Amino acid sequence: MTDTGMETPLTKNIRDDRTPMTIDEYERAGGYQAVRKALSDMSPKDVQSLVKEANLKGRGGAGFNTGMKWGFVPMGDDAPQPKYLVANADEMEPGTFKDRLLMEGDPHSLIEGMICAAYAIGASVSYIFIRWAYHLSAGRLRKAIAEAYEKGYLGKNILGSGFNLDMYVHVSAGRYMCGEETGLLNAMEGKRATPRAKPPFPQASGLWGKPTIVQNVETLCNVQHIINNGADWFRGLSKTDDGGTKIYGVSGRVNRPGAWELPMGTTAREIIEEHAGGMKDGYRFRGMLPGGASTDFMIDEHLDVPMDYGEIMKIGSRLGTGTIIILDDRTCPVGMLENLEHFFAQESCGWCTPCRDGLPWTEKLLHAIEEGEGEPADLDRLEAHCTWLGPGNTFCALAPGAVEPLQSGLKYFRDDFERHIKDKKCPWR
Amino acid sequence: MPYVYIDGKKFEVADGQNMLQVALSLGFDLPYFCWHPAFGSVGACRQCAVMQYKDENDEKGKLAMACMVPATEGTRISIKARQAEEFRKSVIEWLMVNHPHDCPVCDEGGECHLQDMTVMTGHTYREFRFKKRTHRNQDLGPFINHEMNRCIACYRCVRFYHDFAGGDDLQAFAAHDHVYFGRYEDGPLESEFSGNLVEVCPTGVFTDKTLKQHYARKWDLQTAPSVCHQCSLGCNIIPGSRYDKVVRVLNRYNREVNGYFMCDRGRFGYEFVNSPDRITNALSRTDRSSDFEQVDDNAALDAARKSLGEAKGIAGIGSPRASLEANFALRELVGQDNFYSGDSERQKTLTDEVLTVLRNGPARSASLHDVEQADVVLILGEDLTNTAPMLDLAVRQAGMTKPAHNAKKIGVDHWHDAAVRELMQGERGPCFVATPTRTKLDKFSTRALRASAEDITRIGFAIAATLDDKAPAVAGLSDETLAFVEAAAEALREADRPVVISGTSLGSRHLIHAAANTAFALCKEGNAAELAFVLPETNSLGVSFLDAPSVDEAFEKITRGDIDTLVILENDLYRRIDRATVDSALNRCKRIIALDHIMTDTTGQADVVIPVAAFTEGDGTLVNNEGRAQRFYQVLSPGKAPEESWRRLLALAGANRRNGTTLDDICSQLFDTFPAFGDRLRIAPGARFRLVHQRIPRASHRYSGRTAMTAHINVHEPQPKTDPDSPLAFSMEGYHGKPPSSLIPFFWAPGWNSVQATAKYQAEVGGPLRGGDPGLRLIEPRPDAARSYFQPEPKTDSSGNKPSIVPMYHIYGSEELSSRAAALATRMPEPYIAIPSADRESHEVSEGDMLSLTIGNREFQAKAVVRDDLPTGTIGIPIGLGPFVGIDPNASVEIARGVTS
Repeated sequence: MTDTGMETPLTKNIRDDRTPMTIDEYERAGGYQAVRKALSDMSPKDVQSLVKEANLKGRGGAGFNTGMKWGFVPMGDDAPQPKYLVANADEMEPGTFKDRLLMEGDPHSLIEGMICAAYAIGASVSYIFIRWAYHLSAGRLRKAIAEAYEKGYLGKNILGSGFNLDMYVHVSAGRYMCGEETGLLNAMEGKRATPRAKPPFPQASGLWGKPTIVQNVETLCNVQHIINNGADWFRGLSKTDDGGTKIYGVSGRVNRPGAWELPMGTTAREIIEEHAGGMKDGYRFRGMLPGGASTDFMIDEHLDVPMDYGEIMKIGSRLGTGTIIILDDRTCPVGMLENLEHFFAQESCGWCTPCRDGLPWTEKLLHAIEEGEGEPADLDRLEAHCTWLGPGNTFCALAPGAVEPLQSGLKYFRDDFERHIKDKKCPWR
Repeated sequence: MPYVYIDGKKFEVADGQNMLQVALSLGFDLPYFCWHPAFGSVGACRQCAVMQYKDENDEKGKLAMACMVPATEGTRISIKARQAEEFRKSVIEWLMVNHPHDCPVCDEGGECHLQDMTVMTGHTYREFRFKKRTHRNQDLGPFINHEMNRCIACYRCVRFYHDFAGGDDLQAFAAHDHVYFGRYEDGPLESEFSGNLVEVCPTGVFTDKTLKQHYARKWDLQTAPSVCHQCSLGCNIIPGSRYDKVVRVLNRYNREVNGYFMCDRGRFGYEFVNSPDRITNALSRTDRSSDFEQVDDNAALDAARKSLGEAKGIAGIGSPRASLEANFALRELVGQDNFYSGDSERQKTLTDEVLTVLRNGPARSASLHDVEQADVVLILGEDLTNTAPMLDLAVRQAGMTKPAHNAKKIGVDHWHDAAVRELMQGERGPCFVATPTRTKLDKFSTRALRASAEDITRIGFAIAATLDDKAPAVAGLSDETLAFVEAAAEALREADRPVVISGTSLGSRHLIHAAANTAFALCKEGNAAELAFVLPETNSLGVSFLDAPSVDEAFEKITRGDIDTLVILENDLYRRIDRATVDSALNRCKRIIALDHIMTDTTGQADVVIPVAAFTEGDGTLVNNEGRAQRFYQVLSPGKAPEESWRRLLALAGANRRNGTTLDDICSQLFDTFPAFGDRLRIAPGARFRLVHQRIPRASHRYSGRTAMTAHINVHEPQPKTDPDSPLAFSMEGYHGKPPSSLIPFFWAPGWNSVQATAKYQAEVGGPLRGGDPGLRLIEPRPDAARSYFQPEPKTDSSGNKPSIVPMYHIYGSEELSSRAAALATRMPEPYIAIPSADRESHEVSEGDMLSLTIGNREFQAKAVVRDDLPTGTIGIPIGLGPFVGIDPNASVEIARGVTS
């Protein structure tokens, strides 16, 4: 990674050629100190409180306070056993490749974060649920896990603390639905990857009916740094209230697509113009999805909004995974949305009616509009879907996420939709 | 008891429910698909959306699925809120995206929950203008038709088939809007409960293949409340007829008995009534070597009367597959001293023993509903899947009792189906199975043990002795057996509602004693233990109440020359007693008068055959294994089929009788003679019962084309036949409100044309029918009875090296009448002789060899099947298949030499 002079705890160990550190190299770089510290000096509750205080928000997209989430896990001698920790490495959000960077480049960082997190919740078994396409990550993680076992960071009585933890890599067959934590749990149990109703939450009844925490890879990779450097340090990394750094990414017609670890709350303008090198010649920025396919469009007027969970929410979108997809002026927004809804319709698990049968309808409507067969009433129908597929109406968050780009697309690019319908063709073709 | 608010009205509701349950129980029309009262909630279909409000000041509210909202104190929902109504309409519109518009020609039309819900939401106009997704259908065997294009993916089929009934071969496949419900490849559905898919599916994906062969719309069926005749459980059913033919059987809800479900033998076995072997004409002949001649009914009755007049000695042989009334009418005809129960001595002894244990012991006889709620189950000897399938299904539900209780402890209500299952992860309550061969319940049991009938008996005695040291102990159990005994005893001791299940299928009286001892010992522990015994036939227990001697005793008198004339009621004696014995007895008789609805080997030996009604053509009362007396009613109009046996027999008795010949007449005599049957009017109202001066119609007001049915003969509508026996009418006219529960001919309510209308007849959703479930329990336990334990039999010396018989039962094939049903017959196995794999070499037999063996004095031939689950020293005989009828499980058996490959 290019040295920007900023603190980059998540990516500091990642080399330009991405060959990961061996465990010895990792240790020499200060690795596994947090495990030593937590296991010898801190109680699980101490770790929970510290992480809560650091305001580490879940990097999978939901942005829930991680320490607070751990606080719902039953602790003590009466707690059901075993408890599980699962790293969600399913990373199937379109446009998102930040977890891959972390796992390929610094597998020990995830393992260390997981050991600390498992200790905090009293989990004795942990899994890395990884999508099948990430075979390079899976291979490197397996090797790193073996090294960690050898050094006594995993297994029975870790560092003589009495704390036990096993860790496994679970390569999934892969579906978008597996990224949803309860769909992931069903998939791990060998069932159909359909979501589960909450409550009960996984903290009470998760994997195999036992207390479970499912946490995104990037989130977990922060934990050891909070333990090593404290909550104040962590909050200080950020430009806003949400603690830490964030791996932001950019894809689309920019000069340097990629991912960068930056202070939480960096603006989109800085990310796109400074880090991604600005738009390619001949392309103009029209809008962007700030955090993967399932977030609302942001347009020019939003470029100076700090990219964190709270601020983006205020302008009607979500930080999501923090990986930006850019729509340029030479790409048809209707076509882009058709492509996105095709993805979501295909990835619907088929469990609840609105998602299963509503999303394919939106895809068909968008396709008709794009092919010049749209009707004026189609826009009302698309808007109705955006309302009816909203949060709480469907079983899980897949469909509400799927209509986020659609509803904002209809708002910001309405003229384009209307032109398609009026001219009975796509103006970009 | 929390208070909840629905559309501003306050209601007090029961604890631990969800708002959909609550709303339906209160009579609100709230549409739903994925929820089912027997399976609980999963929140998949989103059809029961309502607005939920935080408190009285919350005016905005949020959409919520009523089935997933716990009905806790202060819960506020609105069904009528515009947003909720609009959303429910949208859900229907989404479901219609791929649903074909074939209602007018669809099998399910008129009884379709999807149709009802579509109308209920007010969705009328479809704006989807694109191509529909289509599926390929599968051949699912002779019972179920598959039409996947109609699927609305409510997941109820797999939740019933897999989660509820424990079947493995129906699954959800693929994802998104391609999700597919079927088998991994074409082939008959393996579950014994597959027919319930017909009722569980809210639309026409799974339909009754036997009904499909007839051209009949579902609203055009003439139906009546009936009781299944194909095992001893007496499940409540609704047979439907069209053009004077029975075309299907639906479940009839009775919470205490079969609830919402029934087995495939019960559902599809009805076809025997349409069998070509039905006796439609009276038959007569002068000597038994000549062929029958068809004669006029009256001529046959006259001939029978003449024979009875000339007889030196008469025996009337009753039947456990005939109604109480039929048996009693025969008793009236021949006189108490000449009436025989129709059971073999061997079976009669067993059934009588069951009756004695239930009547005199402290353990209560369990209904199917009781078994479902048991927390620990012990099964001694019965292969329930094949001898009493719905009891098997009840045991599978009992496995959830304890886990659901545990889930409740962490705040997961039992209706939250998916959450309960996720939490419990396949954990099941304790269930212990000891049978001679593998059973399908093994997979759902805590422990399953293979043992001979004698050893199972000893296990039962040993468990009782472990529970109570006053119970007689048995010695010399193997380590494996001891471990089973100790585990079972420990679980039973901890149980709140244990049930012990056994039966007569292994032919052991001591086994009944062993089960009784166990249950008695549990009662002693201060528990309310229950007992369920499986009997062979629909009225086995009822006939036992009549307290008549066995067929063997009649045969003895024939041999002595005291009897020369037999009147045989609906009974194929060859299925009960060894062929040579029956032959010799029948040959000695001068005259044999047989009454039956279907030709059997016994009617084939008669001189006069009088055709009588099958269960769909007449009325009667049966007593099931629980001791519940239940009434079944005629479905077909009179004149379209022979009369009931009891009416024929009363006609035979003729001038000697003072009384009339209606059901009420014979019932009042029967109930006067046998006070144990209680008050006949508590079983069902008498024939003169009316509601608002009207009869209860057998067809709904939606019945159409009644004039068209006979228009090719006469355009005038024929006068409906009068029913002299019941308050039901052979008509669509009459009282259209809710009849008493024993008289429900169909479930229908305004806006509810499918079986989901059942909810409108229940006191609360999934609860008892209003006014109480049908049937009258005749047996109650005597908790204070001085408890005397039965003594175990001394262990027999097995060193003689003679093999013993293990009777093996098949849901399709072991029962007499259903074996004659067309679709069901295709699922019957070929007759076979089962050899334990351990004895294969000593018998010099391999799989598929044609094998000869002798049972008693009779020789049998069948292909050998080698089984690894048969105890060594035994031979498995498939009861009821092919030649294997009239087998005494205690008879000696020997493999003949000269095996042919």
